[in-house]
Amino acid sequence: MSDTKDSRGRAVRKVEPFLEELEAKPFWANLREHKLTVQCCNACGKLFTYPPQGSCPHCLSPDYKWVQLGGQGKVYSFVTYCRAWHPAYEDKVPYNVSLVDLDEGPRLLSNVIDCPPDRVTIGMPVEVVYEDNDGYTLPKFRPLK
Amino acid sequence: MGNISGRYAIVGVAETKVGKRPDASTHSLHLECIKACLDDAGIKASAVDGFITNQPLNDAHRSYAVRMANMARMSPTFATDLALGGATPIAMVQHAVMAIEAGMANTVMCVHARKRGTPDPSPGHPIRHGDEHWEEPWGHFSAVANHAFAAQRHMHDFGTTSEDLAHVAVATRKHACLNKNATMRKPMTIADHQASRFIVAPLRLFDCALESDGGGAVLVTSAERARDFPKRPVAILGMGQHHPHFSLLDAPSLTTLGGKKSSERAYQMAGVAPKDMNFAEIYDCFTITTMITLEDYGFCKKGEGKDFVKNGRIEIGGQLPVNTHGGLLSQAHIEGMLHVTEAARQLRGNEVEPERQVRDAKVGIVSGHGGSLCMHASLILGAL
Repeated sequence: MSDTKDSRGRAVRKVEPFLEELEAKPFWANLREHKLTVQCCNACGKLFTYPPQGSCPHCLSPDYKWVQLGGQGKVYSFVTYCRAWHPAYEDKVPYNVSLVDLDEGPRLLSNVIDCPPDRVTIGMPVEVVYEDNDGYTLPKFRPLK
Repeated sequence: MGNISGRYAIVGVAETKVGKRPDASTHSLHLECIKACLDDAGIKASAVDGFITNQPLNDAHRSYAVRMANMARMSPTFATDLALGGATPIAMVQHAVMAIEAGMANTVMCVHARKRGTPDPSPGHPIRHGDEHWEEPWGHFSAVANHAFAAQRHMHDFGTTSEDLAHVAVATRKHACLNKNATMRKPMTIADHQASRFIVAPLRLFDCALESDGGGAVLVTSAERARDFPKRPVAILGMGQHHPHFSLLDAPSLTTLGGKKSSERAYQMAGVAPKDMNFAEIYDCFTITTMITLEDYGFCKKGEGKDFVKNGRIEIGGQLPVNTHGGLLSQAHIEGMLHVTEAARQLRGNEVEPERQVRDAKVGIVSGHGGSLCMHASLILGAL
């Protein structure tokens, strides 16, 4: 997907992740290897939340490591896009966007796939699947079997 | 500093014609507000020594307040522009009070204009909230969806339905029909709302605010100096803010927001309770925002908003008239500036169309809500 025009002829932005963001680089690199990771504070031991940031949100220590998550969680809330805001999504409506609370705590915004949008429910157990694109990998979720 | 409740007042109020204004750029709308507010207060621009504006999204000049002050040939001793989304207009009034209390200015104008109804060709780059690259790759783009997450959760936790939300839209439209300066003046029924298409389910088209051009302004000074102005002053009785998160990924709740703590602080400063309010101008970017805020403000218990908004309770003549001007849903979306001007005009008592004047209006509360449900400001105003 690249810069293009919307249905009204206006230039629209890319919808790709920004891979060069300093604190987020390891997140995107680990996803290429199909690992979902999050920052973990070396000082207080707690997990960060997303998006990544330079110091621990709990104790402000800048000393952290990246740890792998199990990739399972539950849908905290969800919506169904019935209108496309970007040409890249015009043939995808209606589609799901969900807030997924991972079992370890952090929340991700993602899509529940392999499931009709009207079958997604709050509390639904889901597991991560990796969508490989040209140059980047997105974590998405499907109903836990 | 002791309690400042009642020590400051609004002495000038202005709003532009709203809707589609292809004739005016963002800064022209600001200038229109300045002129109208000066005229309303009966003073010249040189008498304004404090000046606050919003930071417009699509006219991205830096130092916007200083730029606008210069265009009106003001030379303020205090100026700033604020960017708290829909909490900005109320925050401007709060900053005006703080600036006067601190001795930095005596007469502070707060101007908020917005041009989203028609294109605003501007050489600057539009301002974004900054985390789009953590949303757009998954197809997440809009404020509608952020509020649809909250609506979905409210429905799940409390049994609220789309039809319950319709009552907010219908009551608000009734008020817009009585306001000559409202964009949407065709009556709406519950069935109309239910027939409107889903934008981001569970929110429908008629759950969503308008996109508008227009602006509003208020002039703030001390209660003492307020007596020198021609119009009836409106006292600033209570103020609060609360910003519990930034991203939805960190939101402690989607159904109890910053409005709870923000309003508690405002009630405490003013020495009043929800039952003392004669009306409420509640930020309504989406119907769900109004319902959650009514609950957070203590007008009903959490989860009971769906019953509170029915049976005419939030209409003019009801127990708590809400959004007596037609709100963002049906009057115009100026990020809540017109909620502030409407509250002030209701309390002046002789300015709005008689059909939508709240009888014996003495005290009212105004809410502002911004960003991904993350920012909140409250203001309690009273008749003097």
